[in-house]
Amino acid sequence: MTRILARLGLALALPAALFAAWWLGTAGSDNFYVPPLRDILIRFPEVWTWDRLRADVLPSLIRLAAGYTVAVLAGVLLGVLVGSGRRVRAVLEPVLEFFRAIPPPVLVPVIMLFAGIGDTMKVVVIAAGCVWPILLNTVEGVRAVDGVLADTCRSYGIAGPSRLWHLVLRSASPQIAAGMRQALSIGIILMVISEMFAASNGLGFTIVQFQRSFAIPDMWSGILLLGLLGLALSVLFRLVESRALAWYHGQRRAQRGPAR
Amino acid sequence: MLGLSGLAGVLLLVEILPYTAVVSADFLPPTHRIAVALGHEIADGGFWSALCDTLVAWAVGLTIAVVAGIVAGIVIGAVPLLRALTASTIEFLRPIPSVALIPLAVLLYGTKIESTLLLVVYASFWQVLIQVLYGVQDVDPVADETARSYGLGAWARVRYVLWPTALPYVMTGVRLAAAVALVLAITAELVIGAPGLGSRIAVAQSSNAVASMYALIVVTGLLGVAINLVARAVERFALSWHQSVRGEVLV
Repeated sequence: MTRILARLGLALALPAALFAAWWLGTAGSDNFYVPPLRDILIRFPEVWTWDRLRADVLPSLIRLAAGYTVAVLAGVLLGVLVGSGRRVRAVLEPVLEFFRAIPPPVLVPVIMLFAGIGDTMKVVVIAAGCVWPILLNTVEGVRAVDGVLADTCRSYGIAGPSRLWHLVLRSASPQIAAGMRQALSIGIILMVISEMFAASNGLGFTIVQFQRSFAIPDMWSGILLLGLLGLALSVLFRLVESRALAWYHGQRRAQRGPAR
Repeated sequence: MLGLSGLAGVLLLVEILPYTAVVSADFLPPTHRIAVALGHEIADGGFWSALCDTLVAWAVGLTIAVVAGIVAGIVIGAVPLLRALTASTIEFLRPIPSVALIPLAVLLYGTKIESTLLLVVYASFWQVLIQVLYGVQDVDPVADETARSYGLGAWARVRYVLWPTALPYVMTGVRLAAAVALVLAITAELVIGAPGLGSRIAVAQSSNAVASMYALIVVTGLLGVAINLVARAVERFALSWHQSVRGEVLV
């Protein structure tokens, strides 16, 4: 019991200290840009009401979910295709490396040309930015399929869809998950940036609107919300991943031997 | 060789596509027009100063982030109490998207290079810190205790036990951070308007110079590839003694 309390204390001590430092450090602040934390926290529930969450945060999240889903499907599909053929891989690898090296946010102006400034543009931007880490990680994962397992599959006559599902995707899944984790943080960045360019609603749009109208505490509350959102999504991702890849993490632990 | 044919195929595709009904040449200019626009950019002094601005922001931001990340990582990682104290805070701060800081950067620094630096340092710092923390945890307890029993001091143990163990992780962190730093540098310039390649892309976009916009995007891609290659070369050089680079050793 005391050990749990001690760990809890350790985990909470620094955040509490930082929070207190921020609170006290800005308590009497008359710097226009750095308002007292008290004001920000008072504004938070006033700014982010249910109506606003529904009108601005929900559309952002729906666009993120749509773009991310498209990216995962396209990335895994193309990744399996590219990864399975040695020749295809050799032809496409430099091209893929180049496209991955392009900073995703510069896609926004390009995609605005094709898709205008509506929701389609934002979904396409998110999908186009997220697809590269997933694609390249899938290629790596598919390439690294265990040779013994592949031979076993062949000698048992497992081929076609069941080979794909039980051997290729299964053994590539830790890599795919790593790519999806990278893609998630890129997706959040692109969600915000595409809304900063051109939008009539959304989280990024609202925060920039606050900044332009010099509603500074409101802007800070938006930054806080965005931070909380990023945290919530990464916790959610980790939960899903540890569920889906429980077999892999267990195997890793077993291979490393008893914990030191 | 095959890779070159892939690249050539893409160039050819971009050359042909605008002549078909699939995409309009207004949206995707054929390759030769992008190449001409690239030529104009290279002949233009403004392009080189923009490239310079971007590279300076990238290099300065990356250096700050790497030094701060290594120092903080070693200090935090070597002291168990500090590690326990900071774990929750790091887990909390790390997923905060760096773009959340854009409005703040605009207010604090306007379109000066400091806005870019703020975003670059914030984003790349975590990449380095996390890797250094992993690296410090990886120290072999036997090696550490051997060093202790031979009477090595704290500094010598950091230098001869901890640092060589952590170096591969540090290099991974630096490589990741170098890529992230470029993305954030260009993003900040594109969105905020700080001087650099990003703001040049924004100008080309708003003045409807589509071919120059594509040319500049190609430049950012090449820059990304170059940074990747340099980072890998540095990694191989710094780890030339390490078995992951030396390859199989006969026992």
